[in-house]
Formats: sequence, structure tokens, C-alpha cells
Amino acid sequence: MAELNKDMFVIKGKNTMKMESISRPSLSFWQDAWRRLRKNRAAFVGLCIIVLYALLAVFAPMFSKYGFSDMDTAAMHAGPSAAHWLGCDATGRDQWVRIWMGARTSLAIGLFSAFINMCVGAVIGGLCGYYGGKLDMIMMRVVDILYGIPSLIITILVMLVLGKGVAPLIIALCVVGWIGTCRFVRGEVYRLKEQDFVMAAKVLGIPDFIIIIRHIIPNILGMLVTNLCMAIPGAIFQEAFLSYIGLGIAPPNCSWGVLAKEGIQYLRIHPHEIIIPAFFICTTMLALNLLGDGMRDAVDPKLRGTE
Amino acid sequence: MLKYVTKRVVAAILTVFALVTIVFFLVRLMPGEPFTSAKLTKEVAENMNSYYGFDKPILEQYFTYMGNLLHGNFGYSMKYTNKTVNYIIGQTFPFSADLGIRALCLAVSLGLVLGIIAARNRGKKLDFACVLIAIVGTSIPDFIMGALLQYFFGIKWGLLPVAKYLGIEYTILPACALAFYTLASVSRIMRSSMLEVTSQDYIKTARSKGLSELRITCKHQIRNAIMPVMTVLGPTVASVLTGTFVIEAIFAIPGMGKYYVESVNNNDYAMILGMTVFYGCFLVLCNLIVDILYGVADPRVRIGKR
Repeated sequence: MAELNKDMFVIKGKNTMKMESISRPSLSFWQDAWRRLRKNRAAFVGLCIIVLYALLAVFAPMFSKYGFSDMDTAAMHAGPSAAHWLGCDATGRDQWVRIWMGARTSLAIGLFSAFINMCVGAVIGGLCGYYGGKLDMIMMRVVDILYGIPSLIITILVMLVLGKGVAPLIIALCVVGWIGTCRFVRGEVYRLKEQDFVMAAKVLGIPDFIIIIRHIIPNILGMLVTNLCMAIPGAIFQEAFLSYIGLGIAPPNCSWGVLAKEGIQYLRIHPHEIIIPAFFICTTMLALNLLGDGMRDAVDPKLRGTE
Repeated sequence: MLKYVTKRVVAAILTVFALVTIVFFLVRLMPGEPFTSAKLTKEVAENMNSYYGFDKPILEQYFTYMGNLLHGNFGYSMKYTNKTVNYIIGQTFPFSADLGIRALCLAVSLGLVLGIIAARNRGKKLDFACVLIAIVGTSIPDFIMGALLQYFFGIKWGLLPVAKYLGIEYTILPACALAFYTLASVSRIMRSSMLEVTSQDYIKTARSKGLSELRITCKHQIRNAIMPVMTVLGPTVASVLTGTFVIEAIFAIPGMGKYYVESVNNNDYAMILGMTVFYGCFLVLCNLIVDILYGVADPRVRIGKR
């Protein structure tokens, strides 16, 4: 073994410029969440299904030669064939087109009502949690009482008052839907505002408005998005339920609930008319549930960095 | 404990009051008049209106209704003339309750078992199977479940009766259809709560005392893990109850849900009002019972911090 002596080494000195630099690219919270979501195979499949369905809902009716309310008396109750890919319903309307027109309605209602609920709940819950005091006390009493009232009953009554249609349906789903989000956001904000970084921001004289936007909202955004993911299937479910009992969407417009309702009448003789809409409703719900589960794991700060 | 119960009871009474008020005014806001048939002469319609008290000012109607309600009187149906809402509820509620209790028992017991099995075999195939059942179960709306069960078991394979409610074999399909969603959500909650409990100190203590795994699971783990399941029992009752609306219609069961949907489609305001108030009060009562039971089971709750 060769002798080591001092001449063999060169002192290069410290590079003070580079010492503090981070060798790997830093990941923001959302980049990290996205990375973990992609690794979760079930959630990723869910995401792909949702994107696929959304694209089909937008484009499939445009590229079909049938309109969603065109009747063809020669093809009443027709089974799936080359002309009608998923068969026809009782009045000979093409199921393939109706499924995707229904998807437009159902997905839009799910997305919009869940989003509105999230915003309203977050604003009210956030204000109550952040400012506390009398406003909080009164609001929480009100919320507690409203929380005790079965939401579906109120939704049904509001639908009866407003009549059928997409907009009334969204309003009806939003009348009581925000309460869950409100309770959860209030709890989170209440916890966050006691934390040191908020205190530091306050001491530095930053106005409340900026504290809320810069410090509080980013901290609850992950959970809010997860909640949104979980709320969409619930809203689609309620839409289907209301349409099913005859309160949702007025014909000839259709949604998945309407299709299921129409199909169920011919269960005995033409089962494809219920099984096909059922398949799309269930796969959508499944995909959204898987995505929601994956999101919950992906944005959970406790799981960050663990693999 | 007494303070806790009083607080819950007062909150429940306030909730019922708010519910009745909201429902009453919402029903009055509904478009259209109840007696608009062309066959009715103006005089008859007026008589009908005064018979049901619709000609009085709305506040007076409200107080009359509240007074009647305090005597347990829900009013008269408009479609089924001469029948009180009380009579119809009395006739139909037993069917719904029977179906609901069966479904609830099935859902909670099987859901707990599935959740426990899944948590005990975490990461193994059995766990995967249970989680799969749970996630598929929460993805199938109950009316679709009902229709599919009816098609496959009733029509295609002819194993069970398709509809009506005449004997024990008639109850199986509707109860399963109604229970499936709840079963799935109970098993999900139970699984995650079992896993959360596993890492607690008292489980480590029990293990270091040398207790057998079975004993740890039965005596320590399940008892603590069951708490979160109890909190969702109230909403669970609600979801089973609203499930009966469609399940009863699909399986032609003469229960209350079927009547409710019918009166919604018939614009029978008095029935809608009466039945909604009844449903609401029933659910609030269920929630109250669950809350009190929760306080009995978990001392931390009744001491105050929520």
C-alpha cells in the first residue's frame, strides 16, 4: 500500500457560495402531493376514469349522428348493436348519446354543488373560526341545529318549492350541504390561529386579510380539496336519488338518475336499459371514491416524505 | 351526566322546533294550489280551503298547526280523503321500521365484522378483499343495488321473491339492498379506527402483560375502536331511512317511504308536511339516543370538551 503524504493532497478551501445550496430540486407541497397521488395506482386509475368520462361527456354527443331526444320508433328497446352502441330506450332514443348527455348533467351538478358548498362552508367556517366571539357562538348554535335536521328532507322540500331543473337542483343541494364543510373548516382554523407562525405574522403587523390568504388558507387547502373529491360522489348520488323519485331533472333532459329510473321500469324484459346506466353511475362513484381516498393520503402532511 | 343529557335534550327540542318551522313555511311556499281540479266549483274549492284552514292568515295556520302537533295530531291527507296522516303513518310505519331494523342490524353487525377482519389482517389478501367490498359498496347507490339484486336473484335465478312483503323470504332482498351501502361505510370506519387504536399505549401495555392476541382484540381494541362507529350511527339511521323511499318503491312494499314519494308526486301537501315532520322528529330522536349512549359509553364526552 502506497504511503500517503501531504503532497498528494490539495487544499481547495470552502466554497462559501455553494455550501448552502440544496442539491436536489425542492418540491412544493402540491408537487409532492401529485407525486404521491401518481404512485397510488388505485387513485390514478380513478383519475384516469374521471378524465375519460369527462372528455366523453363533452365530445361523445357531438360526434354521434343521433340527438339525445331523437326518437326512432323502429328501434324501441333495441339491444346494443352496430347502429346503436348501447341500445335504445323505450322510445327508441340512442342510449350512448343519452348516457353522455346524462353524464354532462350529473357531473356538472356534482362538481358545481360540491364546489359551491365548499366555498360557502369555508368562508363561513373560516370567519367563525378566525374571529370567534359572539358571531362564532351564534353561528355555531345555528349550524348545530341545522346539522341535526336530515338534509335530504330539506333538499326534497326545496326541490318541491323551486321546481325541476338543473339550477334548482344545485340550489337545493347547497341549502344545507355547506354545513359539514363549515364545521370542519372552523375547527381547523381555530386550531391554526393558535399556532406560532400565525402569531409571528400578527406580531409583524400583517393585516388579518393577508394572514388568512397567505397562511391559513394554504394550510387547509389540501384537506378542502380532499373534501371536495369526497363530496362530488355524494352530490351525484343525491341527484340520482332525486331524479329517481321524480324530482330532479325534467324530461326530455336527462341525467344518470333519470336514465336509471326509466330503465328500472323495464327490468324484467330489457335489463340492458338499467344495467348500462348503473354501470356508468357505479364506475364514476368508484373512481371518485378511489381518487378521494388517494387525495386524502397524498395531502396528509403526516405522510409527507414517507414512502 | 345529568347536565350532559339536559343539554342534548334541549338542543334536540330546538332542532325539532326549527325543523317544523322550516318545513311548514317551505310547504306553504310550494307553487300551485291544492284544489285546482276543473271539476271543483268555486264554492266547493272555497269550502275545501276553509275545511283545511287555508283561508286563514299564514301565522294563524302556523300556530294552529303547532298546537295540533303538540297534541300529536299531524292533520288530514288531501289525496286519501277522510284519512288522517296519523292513520296512514300508523298503517305504513311498521313495514318501514321492520325493514329498516333488519337492514340496520345486518349492516352494523356485518360491517363491524368486516372492519375487524380487515384490520387484523392488515396488508394481506383478506384485508384487500374487505377494503374492496367496502369501496365497491359505497359506490353503488341503493336503488341500483335494489334493481340489480331484484334482477339477478329474483328474475334471472328465481331464488327469492321479486316483490311484496309477505314473509321472511320476502325481506331478504330489500334488506340487503338497503344495508349494503351502510355496511360498507361502517366497515371502513371500523377498519381505520381499529388501526388507529393498535398503536395506542394501552394496547402495548396489554401486549407486554402477555395477554393473548384474541383477548387484546376483544377486550381492548374493539371496545375502544367502536366509538367512532357510534358517532355515525345517527347519520346511518338517516341514510337507511331515506333509502327506504326508493327500496320500498322498487320492491312494492307498502311502507311509509313509498307513500312519501307518492305524496311528493301527487302534491299532497298535508301528507308531505305531516310525514316530513314525522321523519324529522324520528331522526332527531334517534340522534338524541345515539348522543346519550355515546355519553354513557365514553366518559370524556360528557365531561364537556367537545
